[in-house]
Amino acid sequence: MRRFLLISFAASLLSGIPAAAQFSVPEIAFDSAADQLKLPDNLHLGEVAGVATNSKGDVFVYTRTGHPTISIGTARPFAHGGSRLFQFDRSGKFTREIGQDSYGFMVAQQVRIDPQDNIWIVDQMSSMVIKFDPNGRPQLLLGRKAEAERVPALPLNPEPAPAGGPGGRGPAPGPGPAPAAEGPPGRGGRGGPPGAGAQSDIFQRPTDVAWDAAGNIYVADGYGNARVAKFDKHGKFIKSWGSRGLAPGEFNTPHGIALDAQGNVYVADAGNRRIQVFDSDGTFKTLFLNSGTPSAICITPGPHQYLYSSNSNPPDDIDVNGEIYKMELNGKIVGRFGRAGKVPKEFGTVNAIDCRSENELYIGEIGNWRVQKLALHSN
Amino acid sequence: MNRCLACCFAVLLSAGTVFAQVKAKAQNVPEIPYDSVANFLKLPAGLYMGEAMGVATNSKGHVFVYTRSALTRLFEFDQNGNYVREIGEGNYGFEFAHSVRVDPQDNIWVVDEGTNMVIKFNPAGRIVMVLGHRPDAVAGALASPAGPPPPAEKYLFGRPTDVAWDPQGNIFVSDGYTNHRVVKYDKNGRFLRQVGSEKPGSEPSQFNTPHGLAVDAQGNVYVADRANHRMQVFDNNLVLRAIYDNIGDSWTVCISPGPHQYLFTSNSNPNGNAPGTWDITGEIYKMELDGTIVGKFGHASKELGGFQVAHMLDCRNPNEVIVAEIESWRVQKLLLKPQPATSASR
Repeated sequence: MRRFLLISFAASLLSGIPAAAQFSVPEIAFDSAADQLKLPDNLHLGEVAGVATNSKGDVFVYTRTGHPTISIGTARPFAHGGSRLFQFDRSGKFTREIGQDSYGFMVAQQVRIDPQDNIWIVDQMSSMVIKFDPNGRPQLLLGRKAEAERVPALPLNPEPAPAGGPGGRGPAPGPGPAPAAEGPPGRGGRGGPPGAGAQSDIFQRPTDVAWDAAGNIYVADGYGNARVAKFDKHGKFIKSWGSRGLAPGEFNTPHGIALDAQGNVYVADAGNRRIQVFDSDGTFKTLFLNSGTPSAICITPGPHQYLYSSNSNPPDDIDVNGEIYKMELNGKIVGRFGRAGKVPKEFGTVNAIDCRSENELYIGEIGNWRVQKLALHSN
Repeated sequence: MNRCLACCFAVLLSAGTVFAQVKAKAQNVPEIPYDSVANFLKLPAGLYMGEAMGVATNSKGHVFVYTRSALTRLFEFDQNGNYVREIGEGNYGFEFAHSVRVDPQDNIWVVDEGTNMVIKFNPAGRIVMVLGHRPDAVAGALASPAGPPPPAEKYLFGRPTDVAWDPQGNIFVSDGYTNHRVVKYDKNGRFLRQVGSEKPGSEPSQFNTPHGLAVDAQGNVYVADRANHRMQVFDNNLVLRAIYDNIGDSWTVCISPGPHQYLFTSNSNPNGNAPGTWDITGEIYKMELDGTIVGKFGHASKELGGFQVAHMLDCRNPNEVIVAEIESWRVQKLLLKPQPATSASR
């Protein structure tokens, strides 16, 4: 394996070919603990949208445990519930639930932990980003949940879903790229039509959140909008960049976001099947086309940072994609591991990667309703 | 809007005729006498059975019931009917119960037609595998799309109805109300093949609401082809072997274990009974695997000993058949009385 890696590196260095043309990507061997997290008998993980660890090794899971409930018999249908946030200790023992019955917990999309161990969740349906302090109390709220939902929903945008998007029965925009829904009534302030690249602090189905060293907040937004929104650490809206499109700096379902130690912003531009890199002001720097449909990304801490990116399978097919790439920050692929499937060491529509430790990853799966803790073999 | 409503009613009415019950063709079938155990399942105060959709036993005789109460729930009882626990409480895949089955390793599988999911629980009651994908909530409730149904997909279900396994652990799913097919997966959940399609049909190897299925020890697959008033039998590769069309509407099937396997099927009285319906429906047939009818038992009734829309059978012991009923919100245990081994004409 080690020799193989060296040869592969040497080959690409000698020939000067870009990573996209690497003819063989080394397989990284790994083990999996698929039942690492122990829940009480009456609690179950649903689709795992987000998983993240804090500095103590506690594990946080934001999961879709049901569909939002609509109250009927009123002039407008009000929706609530559908997702829950669980905390486990580093041994996998259930510790507590955070944000029970929160007004903003509807369709879980992501959870991330900032350097101060605050817990941030992103909810795709309430279009909110919520910061909880380490004690689990809300500290900062970004966005606003629509007052009511339209039932039945308005027709979806007729734009066809790009390759790798969810197909199948009914309009089911999964974690893969998908056409955007029109905002329901009461979302007049959603920043205009989907994909227009709103200059607004209101989100439309946001997907992820990240921070730079100064605490500025970056939100990938998302299925509805196609932009990155930047806030200062107090939650004041600064700017946004991007709109729907193919050109560099444009997005088609930005589905994940992560920053490196220099403040560069890596955006998983899932619908365009590429990772785009910007400086912290949103100036385009480069893009990577070598790792499929990036549906979840993560950057390791420490002096030598790595980028992990999942080429997740769509939720309706386990016979395509599914592997995760380990990359240098310049886009060069170090190796890959895993494939789509249902048994341990296989992945079902990965939506989250935690890589606080380079070789000890937590993987959140939409398709398999579970978290796997992976131990990557470091040769 | 009025026109739309009228259309809706017309569709509903025609759907009703599709499901109109027929009298079984089989004649002079011997009656198997039986007793019903009164108050078999004992729920603690504060817990109630709703529509009893699925029932199954494990190797210890524990009874699992998948029921539609305010929420869809899965209850476990011991072999004496005493309540043991709830399984899968509040999980993402429970919305509208349809079936529960227990595999040879005592894993508990449920089929939910509200979430389009098949969920495997290990004996401890933890989820270890899911098949299908629940449509995402974020799109909101959507009006039914017009036009023909989209092609059936490998890993998505359209209101699936039941699950079964062959001795190798391959998984068979009957799917269902909006697809009309049976799908075979390997034990790891990978698609292998299917018979039928998204379209209903009445030709051999087509289905109209495949509503239940069971697999015998040789790996043959018996499918309750409910709205076609028949059962279809396939080999392990889903190639048609036989059609049994003399047992009325086959709502559900069950095959007993052991060296001599029996096949049970229910000609359940439908939801919405026209006058006279009770006279020609409601009986359960006991059959040889080759389709020979051994006898029948039961009748339509709201009272104990009769059935009000039997929806699922457990026949781990072929002389102690457990019946789940939709409309009487109950589960009955029937003690069949020994019968001389005579076979009726088919």
